[in-house]
Amino acid sequence: MTSLVPLIVMLPLLGAAVTLVFGRNPRLQMLVTAATLAAVSIIGAVLLVAVDAADKPFAVSVGGWPVPFGIVLYVDRLAALLVLVSSIVLLAVLLFSIGQGAADGVEETPISIFNPTYLILAAGIFDAFIAGDLFNLYVGFEILLVASYVLITLGSTESRIRTGAVYIVVSLVSSILFLAAIAMIYGAVGTVNMAQVAERVAQLPTETQLVLHLMLVIAFGIKAAIFPVSFWLPDSYPTAPAPVTAVFAGLLTKVGVYALIRTETQLFASSDINTLLLIVALATLVIGVLGAVAQAELKRILSFTLVSHVGYMIFGLAIATEAAIGATVYYIVHHIVVQTTLFLAVGLIERKAGSTSILRVSGLMKAAPLLAVLYFVPAINLGGLPPFSGFIGKVALFESAAQVGTPLMIVLILGGILTSLLTLYALMRAWNLAFWREGDDLAEIEGRVGYLGNAPDADVQTETRRIPAIMTVATAGMVAVTIALTVFAGPLYALCDRIGAGLLQPITLQQIDEEAG
Amino acid sequence: MDVSLTLIIIMAVLFAAGVYAMMERSLTRVLIGFLLLGNATNLLLLIVMGVPGKAPFFGEEGAISDPLPQALTLTAIVITFAVSAFLLALIYRSWQLGQADTVEDDVDDIALRERTDAEEELFEDESSPDEEEATTDFVGTATSPITVLHMRDHASIDDDAPMDVPDPSPRPAGTAGDDDEGRRPERAQRDEGDRP
Repeated sequence: MTSLVPLIVMLPLLGAAVTLVFGRNPRLQMLVTAATLAAVSIIGAVLLVAVDAADKPFAVSVGGWPVPFGIVLYVDRLAALLVLVSSIVLLAVLLFSIGQGAADGVEETPISIFNPTYLILAAGIFDAFIAGDLFNLYVGFEILLVASYVLITLGSTESRIRTGAVYIVVSLVSSILFLAAIAMIYGAVGTVNMAQVAERVAQLPTETQLVLHLMLVIAFGIKAAIFPVSFWLPDSYPTAPAPVTAVFAGLLTKVGVYALIRTETQLFASSDINTLLLIVALATLVIGVLGAVAQAELKRILSFTLVSHVGYMIFGLAIATEAAIGATVYYIVHHIVVQTTLFLAVGLIERKAGSTSILRVSGLMKAAPLLAVLYFVPAINLGGLPPFSGFIGKVALFESAAQVGTPLMIVLILGGILTSLLTLYALMRAWNLAFWREGDDLAEIEGRVGYLGNAPDADVQTETRRIPAIMTVATAGMVAVTIALTVFAGPLYALCDRIGAGLLQPITLQQIDEEAG
Repeated sequence: MDVSLTLIIIMAVLFAAGVYAMMERSLTRVLIGFLLLGNATNLLLLIVMGVPGKAPFFGEEGAISDPLPQALTLTAIVITFAVSAFLLALIYRSWQLGQADTVEDDVDDIALRERTDAEEELFEDESSPDEEEATTDFVGTATSPITVLHMRDHASIDDDAPMDVPDPSPRPAGTAGDDDEGRRPERAQRDEGDRP
């Protein structure tokens, strides 16, 4: 069973090589990419079942080096679950982009570049999830970041270069910070193996622990887009091609959150910055969603809600009880799926209506009833209306916070509820304007949402394009997954609870050694 | 653990210089800053290796040098190299598109500031943009490695960020510089045209 673990990273890398070789045959490229991602999702599912049944994590030492020295790949329930979810999301977005490429030709999204880069992005994400030592985590981050640089400047149009430069420079700074943090940690404890770091960090002086801890948190915070280092995200995401934005929104920030979870629960479990994280989470929640309310362009609205909802995950992480960590993991899974689905739905709206500004688009309810469903279901899900998974995740978070019951927790619960309502407001206002509104009369709504006229990209306009069936199928499939998260919330939530319990008793070096044997 | 003070000082200077260069608008200087930062971090990795001068894995007994940071440094160098190559491509493309390699102001930020400016003008505004002095060391085309031919930023914006200010004095006609400037847009257009 453990021999499957390295395949999670190896398959996408091999797939990328094969797709590069077949650069002149887009059909074959797509087939290879889809097959690779499908294979990884099957491996992810098998590993998840096996890890859950065995009730202990799998560890593999790559190349057979003795454990603290070589690279260790390490799959526990959390890693297996995230590999499974992200490979499903990657597969759905790939289908979406195949449809887009087939309809538009290769001018805006050169497919021969897209497929290999996409697989390398996948390899980086998976590598970060199953990394057992800090430096391998860094390498995973770099792989996915370099692939994301290429994807965000795809086609190298002027607007993409302009916003891409901001994204790239910010990412470079966070990478350097991460690497410097690794060097400092190595200097302090003499190892980069996460289990061993965790054991030795506890013996350091408190101040040293705090410095190392904060360096890592800032580096990961930039990647996870936590306030005050979240400013880059709403600027850079909306200009990328729809499938790229969808996959970035769903997965890249969550890799940062995943690294934060490992930092808080394993590496620096002995150093407590939870109060700081709670305040930061509150700021992220409220300021992010206020940004969303002030926007008129759908992709910008979604980018701001993305920033805002990362706050929920930090909130759950900072409560630091078993129940809260379990709720956080459930919320991460929910958010990966729902945020990606919404970006895909907006991609469809852009093609159908020729604009993503909610002041410009109108009457979609009549023109595209199916599209209306595909937007509405994930929108109320993200807004946290019962009975959907967003509601379940938020209630679980608030419940675990209420159990702690300090005044700060109460403030955060209120902030969380406010954020949820404002998210719902922003998304439903878009629904009212783009789907319910008849005709294109701006004067009629001037009094109510006239202030949005000044928002960026409020008068954005592209040409309308045909929506190929495969794009609708991909989006509908993702909507089905969001509903499945609700329908199968019982077993999934039980799994998340086991993850929460497992994360608070992190694996020791000795256990890894026995596992990897 | 004994470490070399010289290495620490060099690392600190490299970090400082790198951060300073990364603050610049010009992407070329951002690249230089990134390279300096990368080297500073590699030095940091070497510093945490401990006492230098011993060979790794040499002989059966005695102290050996810690090989792990060297492996980490090598990996980091390769990553820095790949990212630099990408940044160079990005700078070239940015140059092709806009005849500038600068990170430009966000259009929406400009709109927002214009709006606030207009409101402020109702009261009084004594500062004039002409008196603005450049805050970079590379003022003027004579020393500036890259001439910014036209900035699309709004002229009236009071911007604190360091940026190049082209030499305002008119150059004598027929110099190499003028010819160069005349040719550049044509070449860029031709590049655009060649693109499929």
